[in-house]
Amino acid sequence: MRKMFVLLSILAVLVMVAPLAAQDAVELRIAWYNDGVEGDVLRDLLDRFEAENPDIKVVVDTVAYQVILDNLPLQLEAGEGPDMARITNLGGLSKYFLDISPYVDAEYWNNSFGATLAWTRPSTDDGDGIYGMMTQLTITGPYVNKTLFEQAGVELPGEGATWDDWVAATTAVAEATGTPYAIAIDRSGHRMAGPAVSLGGTFFNEETGHVNLVDDAGYRAAAEMVLGWHEAEITPREIWVGTQGTYAAAIDQFVNGELVMYMSGSWQVNNMVTRVADAFDWIVVPNPCGPAACTGLPGGAALAGIADTEYPEQVARVMDYLASEEVYSEFSARTLFIPAHSGVAAAGVDFQTDNADAKAAIETFTAQVGVLADTAIALQGYAFNSVIWRETPNRLEQVIVGEITLDEAIAFVQADLDAAIAAAGQ
Amino acid sequence: MSQIGSSRKFQMDRMNPFHTISTWLSFPFIWLTKLFLNAIGIVLDRIQGWIGVDRMGYVFVLPNLLIFGTFVLFPMLLNFYYAFTGGTNIFLDDRPFVGVDNFKILLDCADYLNPNTCQEDLFWRSFYNTFGFVIYQVIATVIFSLITAMALNQKIILRGFFRSVFFYPVLLSPVVVGLIWKWILQRRGVLNAILIAFGIEAIEFTTNADWMRFWVIFISTWAQMGFYTLILLAGLQSIPSELYEAGQMDGAGKLDSFRKITLPLLMPTMFVVLVLSLIRAVQVFDQVFVLTGGGPGTATHYMVQYIYRTAFSNQARFFGLAAAASVVLGVILFAFTMFQLWLGQRSEAA
Repeated sequence: MRKMFVLLSILAVLVMVAPLAAQDAVELRIAWYNDGVEGDVLRDLLDRFEAENPDIKVVVDTVAYQVILDNLPLQLEAGEGPDMARITNLGGLSKYFLDISPYVDAEYWNNSFGATLAWTRPSTDDGDGIYGMMTQLTITGPYVNKTLFEQAGVELPGEGATWDDWVAATTAVAEATGTPYAIAIDRSGHRMAGPAVSLGGTFFNEETGHVNLVDDAGYRAAAEMVLGWHEAEITPREIWVGTQGTYAAAIDQFVNGELVMYMSGSWQVNNMVTRVADAFDWIVVPNPCGPAACTGLPGGAALAGIADTEYPEQVARVMDYLASEEVYSEFSARTLFIPAHSGVAAAGVDFQTDNADAKAAIETFTAQVGVLADTAIALQGYAFNSVIWRETPNRLEQVIVGEITLDEAIAFVQADLDAAIAAAGQ
Repeated sequence: MSQIGSSRKFQMDRMNPFHTISTWLSFPFIWLTKLFLNAIGIVLDRIQGWIGVDRMGYVFVLPNLLIFGTFVLFPMLLNFYYAFTGGTNIFLDDRPFVGVDNFKILLDCADYLNPNTCQEDLFWRSFYNTFGFVIYQVIATVIFSLITAMALNQKIILRGFFRSVFFYPVLLSPVVVGLIWKWILQRRGVLNAILIAFGIEAIEFTTNADWMRFWVIFISTWAQMGFYTLILLAGLQSIPSELYEAGQMDGAGKLDSFRKITLPLLMPTMFVVLVLSLIRAVQVFDQVFVLTGGGPGTATHYMVQYIYRTAFSNQARFFGLAAAASVVLGVILFAFTMFQLWLGQRSEAA
């Protein structure tokens, strides 16, 4: 009986192990989030890659953006992360990224992504490593419901119009058309940073190289502007209030025709095409001006390999395939994303949409890249920017509901930023 | 006659093709079970040979002890150690020992009654919010559970149905409860649709701090009271009916019976309900997190959310600070439990 038991145990182990041994293809996992249709496009491109490379199977784990913000960093810290990930917190997570330069044509990558490779490079790198590629460039900017302006008979503010001009115009439109809200901005410090720089924000302390919010007039002015919208009840309160700790977008209010002007960014173009459809005409307008600039904030998502992967060479092959000019161009064309690949950008992208509004929007956003303020570009590369992006709306929400004053809010955000800098030993 | 009958039934069962198939199908299962039990028997025989029959009790409690140790005791000790370390790294090797610094940060306040003067203002806001929530929610839960239990203890029509109705919310996941109520309460939610249908102006519940404080207590009470109702119902049913009959004969009214018979005899059960609901109220998190995220502002930001946010949700993850807050929470829970036990023992002695 005992012999039989031992034999059966060995048999059972063999039965369990055999299928594993039979698997030849390496399985790679990508943690991915979607703003629009890019997940479907990626899957399509990866299917082609898998057909050409039967030794690699790529599984795309599509998760909510909040999971990328909250859970992925913990997975990476614990060494339990995926093989690749699509991330936006570039500086904060760069220490976990894989240097793929030993496996790819570094010259091609440097020529194609030169300017943005530094965004994913950890501070410990000597400047030669390749850690990720921007799947797209983004730039913040406002969407306007043109149909509502026409119905109200109000002129669209022209080039060089200030934030005050836009608030006045959209408020007039909302009142004339019975639209519930005049203006809204996504619940994110990132979205607020463009207006802050335009309103005179300098952010950086030249001596320390770190951000100082307490004395920043532009940051305070932008915060006062958003608080003023809430006080005047011209913005949907549920975007900034009652959503503690999370990112919230005002896209639903805009596509439902409840909002005249929506400050978001270029990643929403596909959403506008698919969700607004023919309901109304919409346009993207240049970023409103302040005394210092008329800037949005650059950004974007990067696809990065994770250093803990068991298959660095295979990860590099997948990334090299997605970075190839032909594949990258198709990805940009189908997702309506602004390309970060200089070769693709130079050759021009034939964006796959019949929607004239979408094509005009991408052109406007692309033109905005040229007028970005230096401070805005520097903020995008700042390693601790995610603390500002996240804590600013949390603290301003407290101001809106009357728990703290604006002075206290700014002091608390600065304290969180200082604590993060100190914890990182910088 | 009955033997003949059962024998014939057996014969017929054997001829039944389904019986034959199921017998054959169950054979490997029975065989494997016997094999497994034999294997365990061999191991246990050996162990008994080594340690003697008197100590075999330890062997039988060992699996449960291992599970408890792995999933409760070890994380508790680990958390305790984390509370004395700093930095944002997750592995202990990379975390410097900082002594009681994390506790100092938590308790650093110019004025304890004004969270804005505290270094960790959110900790104190969460502390006061939790305190308020516990008082209102526990009182509401105990009172409504008692009323419901007494109603369901009466001989009413559809009593079984109503008992089920009150218990069903307990079966729902807290996340589901949070999501459902979010849909009900949001600006374009069900409740506002009803208000508008009756000509009443819509209310922005989810962005109003006072409303959300109320709804969080209401929803938690609604979701949990079925469980406590069941416990109290069992307590009520254990009270001998003779006592009420004797009371009636002595001229006691319904209120007298409740005050002099029901309440004293139900008190031990009430203490159980009080302890359980209080511990659960202090630990409030998942349902409220889904419903409000802790807002509006920090109106529904409670202790467990502070711990979660500090350790896992903030961009810089301060595991040590969160662990220290967990220790403080543990101390509060321990103190509450001890106080209630003391009260319980005192009332029993009286």
